[in-house]
Amino acid sequence: MTGGERVEDRALLGGRGRFIDDLPAPPRTLHAAILRSPHAHAQLGSISAPDGVRLFTGPEIAAGLRPFIAALRAPMRHFPVATDKARYVGEPVAVVLAEDRYRAEDALELVEVEYEPLPAVVSPSAAIAEGAPLLHEAAGTNLANRRRFSYGDPEGAFAAADRRFAIEVSYPRSAVTPIECFGLIAAWDPDADAFEVTAPFQGPFALHPVMAAALGVPANRLRLRTPPDSGGSFGIKQGLAPYIVLMAAIARLAGRPVKWIEDRLEHLTAAGSATNRETRLEAAVMSDGRVTALRYTQLEDCGAYIKAPEPATLYRMHGAMTGAYDIPNLEVENSIAVTNKTPSGLNRGFGGPQVYFALERLMHRIADGLGLDRLEVLRRNLVREMPHRTASGALYDSGDFGAVVDLARTAIDELRARRAAARAEGRLYGVGLAAAVEPTVSNMGYITTVLEHEDRLAGGLKNGALAAATVAIDPHGGVTVTGDSIPQGQGHRTVLAEVVAGVFGLAPADIRVVTEFDSARDAWSIAAGNYSCRFAPAVAGTAWRAARTLRGRLARLAAARLDLPLEDIRFEGGMVGAGPGREVPFARLAGLAHWSPGTLPQGVEPALRATEFWTPPELGPPDAEDRINGSAAYGFIFDACGVEVDADTGRVRIDRYVTAHDAGRLLHRPMADGQVRGSLSNAVGAALFEAFVYDGAGQPLAGTFADYPPPTACETPDPEILHLESPSPFTPLGAKGIGEGNTMSAPACIANAVADALGVDDLELPLTPARVAALIP
Amino acid sequence: MPRMTVNGEAVDAAAEPRLLLSDFLRHTLGLTGTHVGCEHGVCGACTVLIDGRPARSCLALAVQCEGAEVVTVEGLEEGVLHAAFRRHFALQCGFCTAGILMSLTAFLRETPRPTEREVREVLSGHLCRCTGYTPIVAAALDAADA
Repeated sequence: MTGGERVEDRALLGGRGRFIDDLPAPPRTLHAAILRSPHAHAQLGSISAPDGVRLFTGPEIAAGLRPFIAALRAPMRHFPVATDKARYVGEPVAVVLAEDRYRAEDALELVEVEYEPLPAVVSPSAAIAEGAPLLHEAAGTNLANRRRFSYGDPEGAFAAADRRFAIEVSYPRSAVTPIECFGLIAAWDPDADAFEVTAPFQGPFALHPVMAAALGVPANRLRLRTPPDSGGSFGIKQGLAPYIVLMAAIARLAGRPVKWIEDRLEHLTAAGSATNRETRLEAAVMSDGRVTALRYTQLEDCGAYIKAPEPATLYRMHGAMTGAYDIPNLEVENSIAVTNKTPSGLNRGFGGPQVYFALERLMHRIADGLGLDRLEVLRRNLVREMPHRTASGALYDSGDFGAVVDLARTAIDELRARRAAARAEGRLYGVGLAAAVEPTVSNMGYITTVLEHEDRLAGGLKNGALAAATVAIDPHGGVTVTGDSIPQGQGHRTVLAEVVAGVFGLAPADIRVVTEFDSARDAWSIAAGNYSCRFAPAVAGTAWRAARTLRGRLARLAAARLDLPLEDIRFEGGMVGAGPGREVPFARLAGLAHWSPGTLPQGVEPALRATEFWTPPELGPPDAEDRINGSAAYGFIFDACGVEVDADTGRVRIDRYVTAHDAGRLLHRPMADGQVRGSLSNAVGAALFEAFVYDGAGQPLAGTFADYPPPTACETPDPEILHLESPSPFTPLGAKGIGEGNTMSAPACIANAVADALGVDDLELPLTPARVAALIP
Repeated sequence: MPRMTVNGEAVDAAAEPRLLLSDFLRHTLGLTGTHVGCEHGVCGACTVLIDGRPARSCLALAVQCEGAEVVTVEGLEEGVLHAAFRRHFALQCGFCTAGILMSLTAFLRETPRPTEREVREVLSGHLCRCTGYTPIVAAALDAADA
């Protein structure tokens, strides 16, 4: 573990960051403003504007595009702009261009659109009910997909169970709204029929061929670059993909470069969010608290279109539906609905919060229902043996879950003492617990679990998670590293410099890391991007492997030069060899490879540039029984918190939050802790404050940060963070992800504490003061 | 043409009456260190100092700053506060950071020995999605101590 200051920080603190809206635009760039539907569901009529307005209507734009490719082959055509109907408030219906953004917004006001409003469906259960208005008439239904899965013998386990417990939860929509909104610059080269777009898109780059196909060009004619800095993403900037296509299409139509910067109203209305989900979860339980089977019925709401990579939110956790527990029997019914709401997409925790809220709330209720200690019931069900194959196919790689729980034992005793003291004074105080596994490095094939196996075979089995990194050494011995991780503030340059410096015996300051990405020049594949915590386990490990490749070349060169056995060669303090008098400077060795390739010993590859790709062999496609190992590695989290509820106002105050992690080998402890604090604060928002609320007509009610209030420094707890490190056997450095875990575990943990404080069974997030006050007995 | 100083230099640039100060700083003067996060005064990312006091540059028109002294993040001395931010990992993406530095600069000038509660209250005018705020609080207290 190293853990030095971040190389990113000087520029950012000095105001010298280079974010998308800071970059110079090409000559003759026009600025775009998007006209968006004010109706949740409406037939579109004519769209017109006075002469002089550079107007591009949906039908004009879509005429040059192909519908987006989707994982589901449902007849629900999706373009980046509405063509026949608008299906959610905020859906683009036209674009205007002008010399600057102010004038573009002026021009928007001159555009006339004929709308014929249609009835809207807002909740997924209403959407799939008989007689509901159809979003996509060609599909004939708002139920995009339904699949049933059975693993082990759930029926037998339920029949043999001493008790059954069930919970029904409705998980709301929220998003970790980055403070920087979307933005991009798009240009079209008529001579090459090629597009060049700069945008803080975060991946996954599986969407790159999707975007190119929508534009009707081969992928090598969509050059996608990222700015040096991105103002946060948390999954959300995956949602740039349709806008990249939209503005590239406009740039082609206009014959001019186009710049578009989203504003906050647009972002909160239409950028995207996590899915909302209605879940019924039932458990077969023995009287000692052992859970022998789970039965999930999940109804996922993907909004108006199943936008790639959806329905991935529903399937990311599929292999891990039993969470941190050893439960051999599992039944899952998954339904996917479309509704007149903004299409869903990536959001930190992706699919985890929806599952863990149901599972961890249920575990709490099982203990209460049996009159057993909640911690003991949780502990009794934990996975013990590693590696562990779950019922639905995940391969948990390493760790001692019970030992991580034990890290927090004294804290739990102390929380319970606080609760006793508070209750003795008549105050409302509760203690919550939650356990979760945190999947990291997504298997690009997990999404195909949504398909029948025959359809998977017909389409070709998909699997794996290719990561790429390049290390190059220049004639002065300077080392440059690039990787396909595309950071949005996570300090990847700092960590890569430390990892590669360690391989070469150099100082991190000797390493230059370039993270702005260029699809035309950098090594990448479809898994590229910044999601599913793939940086530390996949990208940093791949950079380490690339550095090891070059180290091997240099070592052979040094051995020949110094006439030493290869095994004596060490890399330390900028020198290569076997100690004083028997070593050469790293820089001279590098220069030799560049300046004197003809004199290298036989068999030594002269090139001092290595690109490595890595994919974990454990990531196979879903098998014929629908078992899927959705991720390369699985971290573990155990959370405990104490909350006090204000009996007069219903305000929930988090008194103390303890979070224990096993994320494998930690590459940079302070930044790992930073990921924990950040994801916990996001979870506090989701648990207590944030929700994209719609009225019955599908109008979003949260268009500003006053209506959609992320937590501030006054509401955000300062967690106590504990770590165990059980290196993953499946990743190059033994690292796992740590950036999403608390977004998965903490909403359930906080809700469990509030349920404990109030003595109630059913809770709906967010636990706003009004909602909680109504529950106070 | 508003006459003002920005980071101590007299400004010589035209501004339409409706031009926001944030856009004037960023796009007319090229001072892109000031960031725009919401344009409705909640997130605090665009905070600058106008005559020494923190203000949302997205809620001010450039022409309102006639005769004012404006300071942006580019005009701050890179001293103990910046060093404390680096030491405590008080930023991740860095997009909200400029506004926070401006508010803390003014706050610490007036309140050189703040309590944690006071620091959190000042920070409650800023949204940060990355850090969970704790490292920013620690950096501010550390800088005040220096």
